[in-house]
Amino acid sequence: MVARPPTESVVHAASSLLTPFAEPAAGWTRRHLLDVDTFSRSEIAQVLDTAGAMAEVLSRKVARTPALNGVTIFNLFYEASTRTRSSFELAGKILGADVINVSGSGSSIEKGESLIETLNTIAAVGADAVVMRHQASGAPWLAARTIPGHIINAGDGQHAHPTQALLDAFVLREEFGDLTGRRIVIVGDILHSRVARSNIWSLTTLGAQVTLVAPRPLLPAALAPGASQREHPLGLPNVRVCANLDDAIVGADAVMALRIQNERLRGKLLPSTAEYARRFQITTDRMAHAEPHAIVMHPGPMNEGIEIAVDVAHSPQSRIEAQVSAGLAVRMAILFLLIRGSA
Amino acid sequence: MTAERQLIVRGGRLIDPASRTDALLDLRVVDGRIAEVGAALSNPTAEVIDATGLVVAPGFVDLHVHLREPGQEHKETIASGARAAARGGFTTICAMPNTLPAMDTAATIDAVLQRARNADCRILPIGAVTVGRRGQELTELAALRDAGAVAVSDDGDAVADNAIARRAYEYLADLDLPLAQHCEDPALSQSGVMHEGAVSARLGLRGQPAAAELAIVQRDIALAEAANAQFHGCHISTEAALTAIDDARARGLRVTAEVTPHHLFLSHDAVAGHSAELLYDTNAKVNPPLRTDADIEACIAALAAGVVQAVATDHAPHAAVDKCCEFDRAAFGISGLESAWPVVNTLVSRGRLSLADAIERMTIGPVRAWNLDTGDLLGLGSLGVGAPADITLLATDTPVTVDPEHWESAGKNTPLAGHLLTGAVAATISQGRIVWDGRESA
Repeated sequence: MVARPPTESVVHAASSLLTPFAEPAAGWTRRHLLDVDTFSRSEIAQVLDTAGAMAEVLSRKVARTPALNGVTIFNLFYEASTRTRSSFELAGKILGADVINVSGSGSSIEKGESLIETLNTIAAVGADAVVMRHQASGAPWLAARTIPGHIINAGDGQHAHPTQALLDAFVLREEFGDLTGRRIVIVGDILHSRVARSNIWSLTTLGAQVTLVAPRPLLPAALAPGASQREHPLGLPNVRVCANLDDAIVGADAVMALRIQNERLRGKLLPSTAEYARRFQITTDRMAHAEPHAIVMHPGPMNEGIEIAVDVAHSPQSRIEAQVSAGLAVRMAILFLLIRGSA
Repeated sequence: MTAERQLIVRGGRLIDPASRTDALLDLRVVDGRIAEVGAALSNPTAEVIDATGLVVAPGFVDLHVHLREPGQEHKETIASGARAAARGGFTTICAMPNTLPAMDTAATIDAVLQRARNADCRILPIGAVTVGRRGQELTELAALRDAGAVAVSDDGDAVADNAIARRAYEYLADLDLPLAQHCEDPALSQSGVMHEGAVSARLGLRGQPAAAELAIVQRDIALAEAANAQFHGCHISTEAALTAIDDARARGLRVTAEVTPHHLFLSHDAVAGHSAELLYDTNAKVNPPLRTDADIEACIAALAAGVVQAVATDHAPHAAVDKCCEFDRAAFGISGLESAWPVVNTLVSRGRLSLADAIERMTIGPVRAWNLDTGDLLGLGSLGVGAPADITLLATDTPVTVDPEHWESAGKNTPLAGHLLTGAVAATISQGRIVWDGRESA
C-alpha cells in the first residue's frame, strides 16, 4: 500500500468529528448524493480523504463520535439489501444520528402507498436525510425534487450506486494511490448493473482506463462495438469494450466481477450458466495474465463458482472484504459531508 | 324562413393546398359551408372576421387523438379534448378506441358519436381491430364501419399476432378501411420505457430498440401487399421504418403514414431534461419513444417529401398524478393538440419545410390518406366552394412560450413546457362557427 499524507480537509474533518457541535464540512457544496457522474476529481478526493478520517474513528476502542447528534436519518429500502442497508445504519449510529429503517414490507408501501406519499410522510415526521434504495432508475431524483431533506442514493434500479463506486475508489486508492493510467476491468452484466455505471463515471474521472467485458446481450446497445452513438453528450463516458476476457485481462491492475442473476442465465439472455462461467469467470488461470500486483473485487453478493472462482474469491488478491469495510467509512463520510456541509 | 348565417373572412393570405392556392383572397361562408372564394367579398348581413396579416388555411385534421371518454374522464373528456382541438386549429379529429370500454362494437362507437354531437370540432371514431383490443379475436369490422368508424386500430398496442393481423388485412380489403397500426413488436420492445440508445444506457432505463418498430412495419407491408389492403403506420419514429415505407410506396402499395410533432422536434435527450431538475422527465415518456437526432432528421425529410402524408398529434392527455411518479411507473403520452401548430410552424420558420407543405400535411394530406372527403364530408380539408366551412387562421411569426397551464386540454403533460416556439393559431372556425378566437393575443 502507498502511504498518503493527510490533506487539509482530512485534518479538518477529523477534528470536527471530535466536537459535539460539529463545524461544517469545509468546501463541500453538494446537498444530495444522487450519482457520481457529475463529481469532479477533487470532490471524489474529498470524500475519500474524509472516509480515511472515518476509518481512523473506526479503529478506536470506542468507535463513536457525536458529529451527527440530533440528526434523523431514514433508511428507505424498497429492495432487499444486506451490506448497504446495514452499513448505512451503522454509519449513522456511529456518527450519533437517529436512524430509522423503513422497508417495502411491513410498511404502508405494502398497502400501495406511492413513493411521493411515503416521502412526504417521512419528511413530515422530520427526516434530515433519506437514504433510499429503489427498483426504479431515477427514483432518487424524484425524491430530491419532492422533499427538503438530503437524499442519498443507495442504489436506483439499473442506474447508479454511488456509494459503491466511492468505496471501490477508496479500496483502489488504498492499493495504488493515484489511479491515473491504471487498468481496471469490469466483467459481467453491465446492462443491468448500477455498480458498473457508477464505477465507470468515478474511475474515468480519476483517470483510470476502464475496460468492460460482457457478452453482447448483457451490454447496453449503445456501448456495443460499432454502435452509432458511442460518444453522445448525454451518454456514458468513452470506455473500452471487449468481448473476450482473456484479451482484456492482460496487464490489468484490478478486475471487478459483477453479480450475474441466475434468472437472466436460463436461455433468455444467455445460453447457460456453464457457458457463461467458461467464458467470463474470474479464475486463477486468467488472473495469471493480469499484473502480478493485480487485485480482485466484487460488489457482492457473490455467486461463487459462476462469475468468480471460489479460490479467487478467497485468495490474497481478493479485496472483497476490504470493500465491505471501506463501505462503512465511505458511508460515514458521505453522511457527514452532506449533512454538515454548506449546502 | 330564418335568415342565412353568413360569415366573411377578409383580408388574409389564403393557402389551400388542395387547390394549390396561395393568394390574398376572402371567403364567404353560408350555413356552415364555403359559398364563395374571391377578392374583396362583402355582404351587408355577414359577420366579418378580419384576417389581415394572417394565413387562412383549411381547418386541421388529426388522424390520431386520445379523448379518454368513456372511462378516463379525469384525464380528458370529449368536450375538453374538442376545445383543445379548436384552440390548436383542428376542426376534425379522429378518436382512438383505447377507451374504457374500448370502441370495439357499433354501440360504443355510436355512444361516442352521440356525446360528440355538440363538441367544438368534428369527431370521427376509429374502431378497435380486436375485441377489447386484446389482440385475440377480430371485432365486427363491417358493423364498426357502418357505425361511422373511419379506420380501425388497436393503438397503444400492435396487433401482434401474425395470423390475426393477416386476417384483419384480408377482411378490411373488402371494407376499404385502413388498419392504423401501432408499430411495436412487444417481443422486441419488452417493457422498454424509452428509446434504446446512448441516453437509456446512461440513465439505466429499459430501452425499446428501433428494430421493434421496423419489425411490425415490414410485416404489415407484407401482409397489406398480399391482401391488397391499406396499412397506415401510426406515429412512425425511426429512420429505418421510414425507409421501408418509402420503398413500399415506391412500389405502389397502399401504405400511408403519419408522424407526430414531438418526433419531429425532440430527441431522447429530452428524457434527461434540459436541467438537473428535469432529469428523468416523465413528460418526455411517450410511446413510441423519442428517438435520436438522425431519426428526427429522417422524420422531417419524410414529411417534406410526402413519404409521410400526415402530421398527427397522438394527443395523449394524462392527469398530473399519472406523470408525477417514478419514470418506470409513469404513463406514456404527450398532450399535443395545442402545441402542434407552433412546433410544425417552427420547423417552417427554420426553413425545414415549406408553409404550404406544412399546411398540406395537416389538412388535405391526412384527408386523402384515409379517403375522408366523401359523402357529407365532400371537400373536407380544402377551402373550395361547397366544402365544410372548417377554417383556421394562423399567425406564422408570433413567438409563443409553451404554457400548458393555460391550455383547454385537461392534460398538461408536455416536455415542451417553457420552450419558445414560433407560430400561433389565431382563430378556428368549425362548420361555420367560431370556436376559438385568439386574435387579440396572436
